[in-house]
Amino acid sequence: MAYLSVIVLLPLAAVAVRSVDGGLGGFWRAVSSPEAQSALELTVVLSLIVVAINAVTGTLIAWVLVRDSFRGKGVVNAIIDLPFALPTIVAGLTLLALYGPRSPAGVDVSYARVGVGMALLFVTLPFVVRAVQPVLMELDRDMEDAAVSLGASGWQVFTRIVLPGILPAILSGVALAFARAIGEFGSVVLISGNLPFKTEVASVFIFGRIESDNIPAAAAVSIVLLAASLLLLAAIAGLSRWGRRHEL
Amino acid sequence: MSIELSGVRKSFGDFVAVDDVSLEVRDGSLTALLGPSGSGKSTLLRIIAGLEVPDSGRVVIAGADRTDTPARSRDVGFVFQHYAPFKHMTVRDNIAFGLKIRKVPRERIRERVGELLGLVHLEGYAGQYPSQLSGGQRQRMALARALAVEPRVLLLDEPFGALDATVRKELRAWLRRLHDDVHVTTIFVTHDQEEAMEIAEQIVVLNEGRIEQIGAPREVYEHPATEFVMGFVGPVTHIGGSMVRPHDVDIATTPVAGGTEALVERILHLGFEVRVELVTGDGLPVHAQLTRQECEELELREGQIVYIRPNRLLRAVA
Repeated sequence: MAYLSVIVLLPLAAVAVRSVDGGLGGFWRAVSSPEAQSALELTVVLSLIVVAINAVTGTLIAWVLVRDSFRGKGVVNAIIDLPFALPTIVAGLTLLALYGPRSPAGVDVSYARVGVGMALLFVTLPFVVRAVQPVLMELDRDMEDAAVSLGASGWQVFTRIVLPGILPAILSGVALAFARAIGEFGSVVLISGNLPFKTEVASVFIFGRIESDNIPAAAAVSIVLLAASLLLLAAIAGLSRWGRRHEL
Repeated sequence: MSIELSGVRKSFGDFVAVDDVSLEVRDGSLTALLGPSGSGKSTLLRIIAGLEVPDSGRVVIAGADRTDTPARSRDVGFVFQHYAPFKHMTVRDNIAFGLKIRKVPRERIRERVGELLGLVHLEGYAGQYPSQLSGGQRQRMALARALAVEPRVLLLDEPFGALDATVRKELRAWLRRLHDDVHVTTIFVTHDQEEAMEIAEQIVVLNEGRIEQIGAPREVYEHPATEFVMGFVGPVTHIGGSMVRPHDVDIATTPVAGGTEALVERILHLGFEVRVELVTGDGLPVHAQLTRQECEELELREGQIVYIRPNRLLRAVA
């Protein structure tokens, strides 16, 4: 408990205290300043889009990895974890090299929201895949055969039998990916160019405030992100409880 | 509906699961596919259901060639060993699944589900989830689910294999009665000869992907076609090189014509039945099955010398 306090609770409390250094009015002013709002909005909206895309592609990848057999499956399976293993700043550099001003592919998404989105897609890819994969493996194949013998088409089997089985896993993967996306810094900071009102995300905004010695503003925006994370944690807990109720 | 298989073959890689099987099942009959694990009985059942595609051969159901009909259009009810319940649905929704897929009117679904809940004695459980049911209840739910769509054929893959002995016995008797009521052509897979004997009208004995014998339970038991069937459908003991069922061994305390001298090693009282373990003069073990009364009349003791003689020999007809 003491350990938990020192490592987790104390720093969080410190940030919370700092955020209201200028009183609640100061907190509100910091959070509602146009630049802060723009950064928060961009972060949340972009994260939602990115997570929605990864919910679909991540489920597809998990499906292919579990149900199909092909050459090099082990390698692909290992590559999925790369965004986890790679230091995020390295990921940012890689993306900048590939899709930056001197892109060998002729695609330049640096200093654009698309670039930020791509960075977020990259770092959050494994969450849904890794959440869905084990559940899909455990899924009772007989259930699908039973549905087929009762007259269900492939699509009906997927939507009525498979999807309800893996939905809690997809959602918990999505929640984790979202939590990661709203706080992502390293991979975004290079490619975004950090243009206020355009590509500046919340984490970079916070960094900027600290650089310019406006700690209460940084802390205030941090608290908003923190609140979003906590909300998500609660959602994850709720989801997994809901999911477990229907397990055998 | 009748089922006819001709020349059905299926292999998985190098393993031949079903090897040139031809079989006829009468409309409304109750047939057991009996064999050890790996004998191809489950694969054969899945081929009839359309869940596996045979490499060659034809599957004819009710006179129509269904070999190329996908499983979803075959009108076959399938029941799995591990019940395969739809875990996220209530018992009611599980049973209604096939009807909903067929877009049966809601009112009719309600009626039909009510009927089936009665048929499988799950009236009070409509709103429960499968996880709240016992194994036997889950399997009855799975049966109701399969019967809901009024299939032409009901296929059961080791339906009682995962249940404990008491429930298994109950469900066997229940399935037998159910078949008398519903009269749908039924094939079930089992590795338990007693189960096959108890439920089926016709037994198909399979071994290594091939049919060893097809016949009524009594026929298969008393006139086994091959040595494999002999050994698989009932207990066998050897006396002087010939095979005999242990209950067909006569024991006499005085020398008899054609009798073999043997030493009583152990006498095991198994309720109504007594199992006598003997060893013949050439050191070979034999066991015999007696009723308790027979045993008492003979006044058998361990260490006694007796004379044994088969009163009916088993011979492979082939």
